[in-house]
Amino acid sequence: MIPLSNYLIVAAGLFSIGLYAVLARKNAIMILMGIELMLNAVNINLVAFWRYLTPENVSGQVFAAMVFVVAAAEVAVGIALIMTVYRRRDTVSADEINLMKW
Amino acid sequence: MELTNLIIWLIPLPPLLAFFFIVLFTNKNNKLSHSIAVGGAGLSFLGAMYVFYQALTTNHFAEHPFGNAITWLNLGDKPFEIGVMIDPLSAIVLFFVAITVLMIFIYSIGYHNYGQPKGDHDKKGFPPHGAAQDGHTVLSIEPMYARFFAFIGLFAFGMFTLVVSDNLLTLFVGWEIMGLCSYLLIGFWFGKDSAKNAAKKAFMTTRVGDVFMLLGISYLFTEAGTLSFKAIFTEEMISHLAHADSYIPGLSVAGLAGILLFIGTVGKSAQFPLHVWLPDAMEGPTPVSAMIHAATMVSAGVYMVIRMFPLLQAGGHGELTTAMTVLAVIGSITALFAATIAVAQNDVKRVLAYSTISQLGFMVAALGIGAYVAAVFHLVTHAFFKALLFLGSGSVIHGMEHGVLHTGNHKVDPQDMYNMGGLSKKMPKTFWTFLIGGFALSGFPLITAGFWSKDEILADAFANGHMGVFWTLAIAAFLTAFYTMRQITLTFLGKARTKEAEHAHETPATMTTPLIVLAIFAIGFGWVGVPEHFPGIGGILPNWFHDFIAHGLPSFIHFETIHFSWTPLITSLVVALGGLLTGWLVYRNATTAENDPIKKLLGPVHTLLKNKYYFDELYDKVLVKPLAVFSEKVVYEFMDRKVIDGFLHKVAELTFSLGTIFREKFDLPVINEFFGDGTAAMTQWFGEKIRKIQSGNIQQYMIIAVLGAFVALFAFWMTLN
Repeated sequence: MIPLSNYLIVAAGLFSIGLYAVLARKNAIMILMGIELMLNAVNINLVAFWRYLTPENVSGQVFAAMVFVVAAAEVAVGIALIMTVYRRRDTVSADEINLMKW
Repeated sequence: MELTNLIIWLIPLPPLLAFFFIVLFTNKNNKLSHSIAVGGAGLSFLGAMYVFYQALTTNHFAEHPFGNAITWLNLGDKPFEIGVMIDPLSAIVLFFVAITVLMIFIYSIGYHNYGQPKGDHDKKGFPPHGAAQDGHTVLSIEPMYARFFAFIGLFAFGMFTLVVSDNLLTLFVGWEIMGLCSYLLIGFWFGKDSAKNAAKKAFMTTRVGDVFMLLGISYLFTEAGTLSFKAIFTEEMISHLAHADSYIPGLSVAGLAGILLFIGTVGKSAQFPLHVWLPDAMEGPTPVSAMIHAATMVSAGVYMVIRMFPLLQAGGHGELTTAMTVLAVIGSITALFAATIAVAQNDVKRVLAYSTISQLGFMVAALGIGAYVAAVFHLVTHAFFKALLFLGSGSVIHGMEHGVLHTGNHKVDPQDMYNMGGLSKKMPKTFWTFLIGGFALSGFPLITAGFWSKDEILADAFANGHMGVFWTLAIAAFLTAFYTMRQITLTFLGKARTKEAEHAHETPATMTTPLIVLAIFAIGFGWVGVPEHFPGIGGILPNWFHDFIAHGLPSFIHFETIHFSWTPLITSLVVALGGLLTGWLVYRNATTAENDPIKKLLGPVHTLLKNKYYFDELYDKVLVKPLAVFSEKVVYEFMDRKVIDGFLHKVAELTFSLGTIFREKFDLPVINEFFGDGTAAMTQWFGEKIRKIQSGNIQQYMIIAVLGAFVALFAFWMTLN
């Protein structure tokens, strides 16, 4: 059987890739995708911990499903915002979306 | 006994309640207001009559007077008690006060034109001017009708309180309430300057007496330790007070306290030299004049001094004490002096005002020579016939006002006797009652009450050998009869001297009924005090009054029964009849004020009398003006402006400079610059330094956050190991 640590390592790697994307990319869509990666890394962790530690409860699966819902809603809103910004300003670079800065 | 005591406590209450009810609730409703006031007076009347009846029918009443006391205040180790007491003196005073007060209340309804329309131009603070109705002018209702009844209610409360009191303190309270009410009522028509000034004058003049009275009360309390009549008028206490020396050499404590209290009476009962306020008090409505000058206030002064008689005679052993001599002298002077002024007055009410002063002088003089019973007797009869005369004169004025409104000539003074004449046919009820009152005042022999009381004073003076007092009072009595007949002749007899008098009209029943009731007493009350040795009719009726009153005095004070003598009797017959006859003979053909027969006879003396011996002018020059100058120059300009204001200004300047120093040395540098501006500058500096980390670049924030998380994680891991 594949040990729990393997799943955790995969999840950590996935999380780091997402974190890198959020921190380093300028493209707003890329940042959004980084966030999705991080959420999915968390999901892997949730499901893995449920399967290995408390299989008698369904809470891990429920949490994972909840995260999917939130992530989907977030992407829908995020994409809509980015598209609106793109239409008005012709850019999706996070650096250039600076109207609210002082 | 218990019931009687309770009723005595309750007697003063109804008029007070009436006052509050009218002031607080019913002052818009004239009918309800006068019903409450008259109802209150009626309740007090019933209570007073019940108590009086009990007093008459109780055996050994004089030894065991009604009343009880409650502890009001604990002063040191002994309680101060206040209570009520009805002894023979206060019973008889209660009797006449209750009757006259009720009559005056009823009379006021008619006098203030109840039921008449509202005046067209009447304003509060002015007498009503009349209202147009069906093409001619009629009398109009008093604009402050309800207020008048409230005030006289309070006045009656003051008088009842004074009479039922068993101690000097509550007596003084009632006394002062009446002082306030007299001020309010004399100045009732406050729109008139004369009324305003008269009210102030009355208040200030009586105040002079009241201050001395309060001194007397305090002095008595210091020396005797009590103010209760029962406790003071014991043999031990009186002899203790009579033998203790006061601050003034040659005067005992009793004498000094008595004289101080008597000065209160001088103010209240308008004795010489504080008599000046009483004639001016005629500015008030006539029922007030009757209230003040007959039933209540001036009687209260004499009542108080009669009440204090055991104190006044203390140490005399039958001879006159210093205090009594003072009373006799002041009383005699007042009696004669006021009677002479009354001769030369033309105002119908002023004649009566001076007559009142004179008659009060009779009572004071009587008390001064030890004629205790005679003084009480004259107090009672005088209250009846003087209330009658004042109400009668009010009725005459009212009738004349009717005439003035008829002709529309407002220049005619409805109070000037020379504008009257022949009113007997127009106003028969007023005439006959006024005649009875006038004859009682003159001492018309045998029939009227005034004769018996005045005769008794003269007989006492003669029998005890006080010839000075006797002759002074005899002359005063002659003048009394003379000016009374002059008044009656000028007012009622002969022909009408003006058109207004021709159109005078009898007054309504609310005014004439009290006149008739009082007239009955003005005649009948004399018969209860007919001396037993009087030739012819003495002994037919028992001398009930003498027995009743004389037993009210403490038993250690003895009276010598006076023997009958023809001299005083003939004197009083001669002065009364002679005065009346002379008055009629001199004035039956009088025409105008310029042709006053007395004026021709007396010449410059008449001017002196007409101007009241220039007492007002004298007081104005000696007291009022210097006081005004003193208050202007010394009190206002020096004390107030220079000393007090100067001091205050200095304090203000000092405070201001102190404040400036604080501001410049402390507030501005320390508080403002260091704490205020300093913290602000520091905050600003810090903010400027720290703003740089807020770049707005979210990715930068996240890098910091992730780094922070790593650091935290590392630190956590370190601590685990």
